Amino acid sequence: MKPFNVFPYDSNIHFMRLRWISLTVAGLLMFVALGAMFTKGFNFALDFTGGVGIELRFHKAPDVDDVRNRLEKAGYSNPSVQTFGTGTDLLVRLQDKPHAEKVGAVAGETGSVAQDVRRVVSTPDNPAEVRSSAQISPQVGKELAQNGVYALLFVVFGFLIYISFRFELKFAIAAIIATLHDVVVVAGWFALTGHEFDLTVLAGVLSVMGYSINDTIVVFDRVRENFRSVRAEPAEILNRSVNQTLSRTVITSFVAFLTVLALYIYGGGSLQGMAESQMLGIIIGTLSSIFVACPLLMWLGVTKQDLMPKAKDEAALARRP
Amino acid sequence: MLEYARWKYVLILLVLLVSTLYALPNIYPQDPSVQVTANHGSTVDKAMQARVENTLKKASVRSKGIEISKDGNLLVRLFDANEQIKAADALRGELGSDYVVALNLASTVPDWLEKIGAKPMLLGLDLQGGVHFLMQVDQQAALAKRFDATAEDVRTTLRENGVAYTAVERRPDGSVLTTLATNADPAKARQLIAKDLPNLLLEDGTTDRQFTVRIPQAELDKVSTEAIEQNVSTLRNRINELGVAEPIIQRQGTDRVVVQLPGVQDTAQAKRILGATATLEFRGVYEGGDIQDAVKTGNVPPDARLFYTSGKPNIPPRPVLLKKRVIVSGDQLVGAQSTRSQDDGSPAVSITLNSAGGQRMFDYSSENVGKGLAVVYIERIPEVKLVDGKEVRSTRVKEEVISIANIRETLGKNFITSGLDSPKDAADLALLLRAGALAAPMEFVDERTVGPSLGKENVDRGMTAVLYSFSFALIFFLFYYRMFGVITCVALLLNLLMVIAVMSILGATLTLPGLAGIALTVGMSVDANVLINERIREELRLGLPPLTAIKEGYERAAGTIADANLTAILAGVALFAFGTGPVKGFAVSLIVGIATSMYTAVSVSRGIATLMYGHRRKLKSIAV
Repeated sequence: MKPFNVFPYDSNIHFMRLRWISLTVAGLLMFVALGAMFTKGFNFALDFTGGVGIELRFHKAPDVDDVRNRLEKAGYSNPSVQTFGTGTDLLVRLQDKPHAEKVGAVAGETGSVAQDVRRVVSTPDNPAEVRSSAQISPQVGKELAQNGVYALLFVVFGFLIYISFRFELKFAIAAIIATLHDVVVVAGWFALTGHEFDLTVLAGVLSVMGYSINDTIVVFDRVRENFRSVRAEPAEILNRSVNQTLSRTVITSFVAFLTVLALYIYGGGSLQGMAESQMLGIIIGTLSSIFVACPLLMWLGVTKQDLMPKAKDEAALARRP
Repeated sequence: MLEYARWKYVLILLVLLVSTLYALPNIYPQDPSVQVTANHGSTVDKAMQARVENTLKKASVRSKGIEISKDGNLLVRLFDANEQIKAADALRGELGSDYVVALNLASTVPDWLEKIGAKPMLLGLDLQGGVHFLMQVDQQAALAKRFDATAEDVRTTLRENGVAYTAVERRPDGSVLTTLATNADPAKARQLIAKDLPNLLLEDGTTDRQFTVRIPQAELDKVSTEAIEQNVSTLRNRINELGVAEPIIQRQGTDRVVVQLPGVQDTAQAKRILGATATLEFRGVYEGGDIQDAVKTGNVPPDARLFYTSGKPNIPPRPVLLKKRVIVSGDQLVGAQSTRSQDDGSPAVSITLNSAGGQRMFDYSSENVGKGLAVVYIERIPEVKLVDGKEVRSTRVKEEVISIANIRETLGKNFITSGLDSPKDAADLALLLRAGALAAPMEFVDERTVGPSLGKENVDRGMTAVLYSFSFALIFFLFYYRMFGVITCVALLLNLLMVIAVMSILGATLTLPGLAGIALTVGMSVDANVLINERIREELRLGLPPLTAIKEGYERAAGTIADANLTAILAGVALFAFGTGPVKGFAVSLIVGIATSMYTAVSVSRGIATLMYGHRRKLKSIAV
């Protein structure tokens, strides 16, 4: 019985010949993503900005404008009210916590803002129930954002050290640029669309790094193997390696995409952002490991010698008197 | 002929057995229950059990079972969450303040599993419902307290040795400046300080009559560490008084404390009790001194401080002068019980001090019979104001004299302070005192609540998502790789089992992102299987005989798998190290999942493949 195949085995697409096109496209994507980040910025969620967020469930679908008006009348300035998941669920966000504390406060006692909001928006025939609430100080949000940056740096340096050790510095640099490209594009997507960027999205973006490096490493692993066993020009070896791993790359990504799709569909509102970042990350990560990583390696001028540390040592020995 | 060492098969079976055993507790549903814990002096026994049974019968609540657990608590198992709340309300009314009644989830895991240490994964607040607080400890206040105490020590040393001084003041930089009187001997004063307070660093001031003392940095660091540790233990006591089952109280960094209260919905009550920084101080009433003058001009005698009594509805607060020296403060307190004064029947609190506090109280009261003793109630109230659109946090200190009584006799470790407003005030004060004083005030910087219905929904959603992730992957593999797809599926299922088992053994907390992490692990762990299967296909195409192809496939893919997965784990470690709360849960399941998948994909699936094909010498083709 013939096995099922996504790609013909003798595929021999000239990825290396396409390298200037693919690098240009990747560069453009990054440019757009960075542009979006700098001009539009992120729609940071409560986790990072601080403030008050309350998830309410109504008996029946409420009128969003009416809810907003009620909150404004009760003294909350600029409340943000949006539907969340189903029509009966609303997400209320308030930046104006001090005032809210005052409203709920009784003689020095710290009241619960969530309960106060619930009282304000409930009507006799459409009562609301507090599903969850969060009050976060801007200070904590700042620290979380800072920790996100630290995590990113930790990953970058970790990869750099590990890959330099297991492969070679050129491989490490190419892999990290390809991975950062993926992270920038995914983050840029969130900036461009204005989709909310919260802690779970950050986690998603960081896990994209893990995923994307995984993909790239598999290709590089084959490159290393071929460099050691096949006599050919670097361009030919790189091209052959990408083609040989193509089937695996696509299948793995396809299955990984399916599992994250399940998260997106069935995981509910609070996991959607994370799943979205991962779905996009898987697609971009796959493309970058095929179209970007090896051309970068080529650009950096990888040669057979780079993977032959012993030869270098011998040369050094030979120079000795 | 394929080779696979026998001990490796044994290992696979062992892993399977252990994983099953330790994953097993997770399938036992937990009973909603009410836990009753005895307070000081009361006990949980058969009689009390009968009382509980009667109370429940009266409230027409059906219980699934009532038992006294190993740690001496009474556990009432109920059928559902509504009954649970009804039962708790009924029991709280009946048992009063002698017992703490808490909502709990009781395990139904059989004893033999518990004996081998198998326990279910803990559910995070996002899956269980409850409150999460992040509290910031005001370390400056803890240090200020220490500086004041040092100033007091200096004063005491000088006074007791007859060295006259004009002022001993705390400076803003944390040092204490002493100015001696003109007739005092500066050398003697310095000698005294160096001898009696050897821990302090002594420095000369601008004149011979002035010198400063400093607390060494190591000592200050210790104060900070102790402050946060005492706060954590105080919070633990207060939460026990609140009646919350399985709370999490953790120190985070140098000045933060995380408190998680599963099942709690009333944040206002929880915050009031947790955040209250009420403490008491006993001070002698200053005699002599002109109160009116002090109020008008602020001219307070050097040894005294001006306080106000707490106002009541029709009695305005009035000023009093109290001695600067604190006789006993809240941290020397051992116990407090609300009671009624035997003299006038007013609500009162009976107080027990530790021996040091008792000794100080004894010393003071024996010299001052007939004089006034005041109880000062101190509470810090955090405030947030908007200044130029920015939040400014500050704390207001409320200091009130709640009672002034004459010392009628020499007091010891036990005594009563009366004159409180209402029995409820007395009960609240007793609770706060009993729960201990905070070494440093705290404020809430972060607060999250998750309703129980949302928690339940999150569990359902997360489970569904994981289920579909798995199904998608399994169906694809069966279709695409046929026989080797079956092997891959078995490996994936064992991987899931191992993830659950390892997380249960580690005592990890399962959160919604954690469930997402498990789903994502599926996506990542298929990679190892795909690498192997593709490699086998490749070797077959190169013309290798099937058995050699299998062998080569597994061996050549192993190195790639190790490199690829180790880098992915690195990303997981970063998430764990820098993430908080739910994100940490995601990182844990991701790391565990990748690690176990390396074993199942490489070792287990190879074992199965060998078992299937290994004995067939003349294998013509394999379904891969």
